Amino acid sequence: MRSLIDSKHSNENLNNKDINHEAATVGLGGVGRSKKHESADKHVSGEALYIDDRPSLRGQLHAAVGQSTIAHGMIKSLDLTAVKAAEGVVAVITVDDVPGHTDIGPVFPGDPVLAIGKVEYVGQPIFAVAATSYDLARRAVKLAKIEYEELEAVLTVKDALAKQNFVRPPFTMQRGDSAAAIAKAEHQLSGEITVGGQEHFYLEGQISTAEPTEDGGLTVFSSSQHPSEVQKLVAEVLNIPLNKVIVDTRRMGGGFGGKETQAAPWACIAALLSNETKQPVKFKLSRTDDMSMTGKRHPFENNYQVGFDSNGQIKGINIEVNGNCGYSPDLSDAIVDRAMFHSDNAYFLDQATVTGNRCKLNTVSHTAYRGFGGPQGMMTIEMVMDDIARHLGKDPLEIRKINLYGKDERNVTHYHQTVEHNKMAELISSLEANSDYQARRASISAFNNENTILKKGIALTPVKFGISFTVQHLNQAGALVHVYTDGTIHLNHGGTEMGQGLYTKVAQIVAEEFQVDVDTVGVSATRTDKVPNTSPTAASSGTDLNGKAAQAAAQTIKARLIAFACEKYNVTDDEVSFSNNQVMVGAETFSFAEFVQQAYMGRVSLSSTGFYKTPKIHFDRATGKGRPFFYYSTGAAVSEVLIDTLTGEYKLLRADILHDVGHSLNPAIDIGQIEGAFIQGMGWLTTEELVWNEQGRLLSNNPATYKIPAISDTPSDFRVDLVPDDPNREQTIYNSKAVGEPPFMLGISVWSALKDAISSVAEHKFSPALDTPATPERVLWAVEEMQEKARANKTKQDLSTNDKA
Amino acid sequence: MNSDAVRFLLNNDVVTIENIDPNLTVLQYLRDERFKNGTKEGCASGDCGACTVVLAELNNDNETLNYKSINACISFVGSLHGKQLITVEHLKQGAKLHHVQQAMVDNHGSQCGFCTPGFVMSSFALHKQNSSPNRAEVLEALAGNLCRCTGYRSIIDAAMVSSEDAEDDSFAQHYQQSVKHLQDFKNLPAAQLCNAKHQYYAPKNTAELAEKLLNSPQATLVAGGTDLALMVTQNLGTIADLVYLGDVAELHTLENNADEFIIGSAVPYTTFTPMLHDEYHELGEMIERIGSRQIRNNGTLGGNIGNASPIGDMPPALIALGADITLQRGDVERKIALEDYFVGYKQTVLKDAEFIKNIYIPKAKTGQILKLYKISKRIDDDISAVLAAFFLEINDNLVTNVRIAFGGMAAIPMRAKQCEAALLNKAFNRENISAAQQALTLDFQPMSDVRASDKYRMKVAQNLLQKCYLELQNKTIETRVVNYA
Repeated sequence: MRSLIDSKHSNENLNNKDINHEAATVGLGGVGRSKKHESADKHVSGEALYIDDRPSLRGQLHAAVGQSTIAHGMIKSLDLTAVKAAEGVVAVITVDDVPGHTDIGPVFPGDPVLAIGKVEYVGQPIFAVAATSYDLARRAVKLAKIEYEELEAVLTVKDALAKQNFVRPPFTMQRGDSAAAIAKAEHQLSGEITVGGQEHFYLEGQISTAEPTEDGGLTVFSSSQHPSEVQKLVAEVLNIPLNKVIVDTRRMGGGFGGKETQAAPWACIAALLSNETKQPVKFKLSRTDDMSMTGKRHPFENNYQVGFDSNGQIKGINIEVNGNCGYSPDLSDAIVDRAMFHSDNAYFLDQATVTGNRCKLNTVSHTAYRGFGGPQGMMTIEMVMDDIARHLGKDPLEIRKINLYGKDERNVTHYHQTVEHNKMAELISSLEANSDYQARRASISAFNNENTILKKGIALTPVKFGISFTVQHLNQAGALVHVYTDGTIHLNHGGTEMGQGLYTKVAQIVAEEFQVDVDTVGVSATRTDKVPNTSPTAASSGTDLNGKAAQAAAQTIKARLIAFACEKYNVTDDEVSFSNNQVMVGAETFSFAEFVQQAYMGRVSLSSTGFYKTPKIHFDRATGKGRPFFYYSTGAAVSEVLIDTLTGEYKLLRADILHDVGHSLNPAIDIGQIEGAFIQGMGWLTTEELVWNEQGRLLSNNPATYKIPAISDTPSDFRVDLVPDDPNREQTIYNSKAVGEPPFMLGISVWSALKDAISSVAEHKFSPALDTPATPERVLWAVEEMQEKARANKTKQDLSTNDKA
Repeated sequence: MNSDAVRFLLNNDVVTIENIDPNLTVLQYLRDERFKNGTKEGCASGDCGACTVVLAELNNDNETLNYKSINACISFVGSLHGKQLITVEHLKQGAKLHHVQQAMVDNHGSQCGFCTPGFVMSSFALHKQNSSPNRAEVLEALAGNLCRCTGYRSIIDAAMVSSEDAEDDSFAQHYQQSVKHLQDFKNLPAAQLCNAKHQYYAPKNTAELAEKLLNSPQATLVAGGTDLALMVTQNLGTIADLVYLGDVAELHTLENNADEFIIGSAVPYTTFTPMLHDEYHELGEMIERIGSRQIRNNGTLGGNIGNASPIGDMPPALIALGADITLQRGDVERKIALEDYFVGYKQTVLKDAEFIKNIYIPKAKTGQILKLYKISKRIDDDISAVLAAFFLEINDNLVTNVRIAFGGMAAIPMRAKQCEAALLNKAFNRENISAAQQALTLDFQPMSDVRASDKYRMKVAQNLLQKCYLELQNKTIETRVVNYA
């Protein structure tokens, strides 16, 4: 009889270990080490398969949609004759051909899968085509004849506010009496800021394929952060049960929140066309269609009134955040909530009122994007810090420090969560010292005195970001672990891989539990038939949730193995240990594979699910009070910039970052997340400009007109450190901390540094208004504003000197 | 016409293509016809670099190879004729990654991985020419590759890993064989490609080109294709009759004479730029910011001029320098000043069946200086909001000669004649500069668009004149963000 274990394979593993010094010296499964991304070798060789790379199926068709050309109106007539007659066209559908639900709003209704008599933004899908090729489908949709009765379009936040045009009702969080506190304070200031949105620009655009199965169901391959939602919506539009739809996501070529809800429409349309034709259908959005038809980071228009003392400490503040949600609710309620939750960033606001409006505009529906409203919320308070500093003639860093949350007092947020384990002051001090902030501040002043055209600026800004979905039920995850008789392990969980290294980290966790090489843990595509009812991979929670679930599954199997060892070898469980790809039972040592085979022969189940739900969290939206966040992730950055006062051009010269990831599961991946997030945050605030015209059409709808950071935008001096030896005090997976979103907001330091440089033009006496993105044009206008103020100030001083004389 | 099929090396294999749509891009060909999916489509417009592949071509010595990165998404398949096309799948040998791939893995240079094959290919091309590139060389080579995940630090580190001691890859191992194939291809007659609807023809000399155009005056000329291809990939158009200029021998002129440079219209930027760099340093630097390395490897001066875009960067610079161009139709050649070539938005004096042959760029005489400024949102690979070119001759603080031209300020690249008049034969001082700044408002009424407002364009144009003045007054002060290290 053939042996169950292919011993060649398991021995090879052991032999390899001797050669692999890194593995041999540590002898752990891998947690805490800089393991390469599980797909790194496949990425660099072009072997990693994305959905567009999958082999075409027999009879595969390609989808395209006809889009609204106006921002708001009723469809008077829709003539698809020419579309139907076009070369290659196999099927044409409208909303009338949808067998099930026609609304695919993820949380609240409002997103028709295809327009229902009315269009609410330029680019809204009206009908869909399946044709024999990608090009033929795209050409065919241009042939429709559509007549509209145009309605008035709301295209600015101000207009929406004036008309009280909201996708969801306003909401206020309050602590104390802010109006009284502001009035009583020694100083008062107010201001407003427009914060631009952001295109996700994942390098792989939106794409799904749908293949009919024999029982009237579908298998869908979707580049989605939320396969379970795609499954649910596909089932609903087709009016079939969920158990007939399987959604598979092996990897995405980037997500950043843009594939949380925005992947589903294309999957649903592919599914509808597949159902219509009984043929497989692929729907890939061209880059321009993707940029025109999918939601972006919400643009915001925020304002504040603050009262503070002569040290610059805030005594009371009113903040209003107005999110441009686009035409439908999508996730905007939670996004504007998060902007409100993060209106404090790292600062104690004392008496505070924070109001959030969810403005409805006739643009595409804005959606999740790394930070989920948090960044837009933080911008206001960081503006306040700079404004107070200039008003009092102090360094903004001093104002930021004096307003930080305290440890035992001044430690309750405006939503009444106590800030625990707060080490922000130490983190800032450490970064201030290591980045040489004070000495550089002095040399920058010297530079600015000598240079008339170029000016430098520097800023240190902190980030405190709350970790958990603020919608409580999403804070759960499942995993599935199999151990095979050759000692290899199969891992599956509900989280999706979009480049953030989730699969790698969770594999490290499972390897750690069994004390085997991480290479023996095989990861596979996220599939709704393996782990059901999953949450989106979002809110930075992928590892926290799925890592814990996978750990639970592994621990279940491990407990069974230990129980089996105790029984078979008559030992107690403390005599059974796992180490270095081996299982030690009393005095005996087996290779992991060998022992697994024994367990199999002893009829032990070698497969288990695992489940996790985040403890402690709760929030009562009615009172605006609770603990929405399990813990906070923190960090800070120092940016130094150079600006050209004649053109507004600028360059980031140096960035220093100190970020807290608790006990890092994988320092290389964490540093990669921090660097990437920082640069993406910088792009949001600098060169990435979304421009809509007066008819509501997005003009910056391709990479020739929408400029994400390129390689020269990365500073030549870029220093990123993790806070050493500081495990998360909460019982997270190996006491790590989430890292996906928090460092995005470190990019705010670049914006603040630009303002510092601009402010130097008027000897830092005034705080420049600098809406974002701070393009060279906006920087130049801000410089001009400073020059004018400096001139006016000088005239005023001259006059008063003359008066005295 | 004596012509033959399109032949090239796909990695190390000879490939012949005949009955294929010449509107097909190299990317579509690789993915849809050859099922090589390693090369990705990120934008289909040459802006992201995910589709980067490498072409090897014979150098002028006819014995060595030049490796260059290009955007497969905006290169027509016919342009592969006579070249070696190298794709990401063929870098690895057996299970062993190529050294540029291994460096990416070791430096954690991939996250989502979708841009990674493109970066690998740009880095591969760089290392073929330069085994130990410095940071500036890496940035120049990779500026056309966008990554949304990493923030680039890890990718820069990977590309800077020296490959001096690396083992030979399969292309080095097959080098002589590849050279031999490419030499053989050179002896083939003009390449041709057609399907039922579209045709493609690559004449080998101006006689063939002129004849073809006289016979088919409606044919579309394509050189690098870096703009024309967008008509197919973005606007879903088709081009019935494509004539490729890259194989026309006389359009590859490159002369460095005593008083002028002569550049053939089909010479790619990366080929002619080194020659210009010594004479006009600021021009050399500006060209490094036109498009990306991939674009400059394919894009040509003839294309930039022929395209007649109001925001092309070379025309204003060349107009300021007083460049001429020759146009040929049949066997009749005429020479005109470049500034007379543009007549309206995307309109030129080019006649049916006429083509741009050479560009003549005068060298600077003593006392003459060119100052160039490219203003864009992003430093790398961005279309200018304003391109300002100041060509001045100053003797004893008197402006004795001045030509000023701008891009992005009008429907065509145009001289600022009122501004020039405010300076000519006047003292080079602050007062006259101020008057010249004002005069710009008489020369131009710029537009607002996605890149900049009309006000910004005017303000920046005026400020750049001031900056030019300040730089010439004091040559030691730091005035440019782009160059600041």
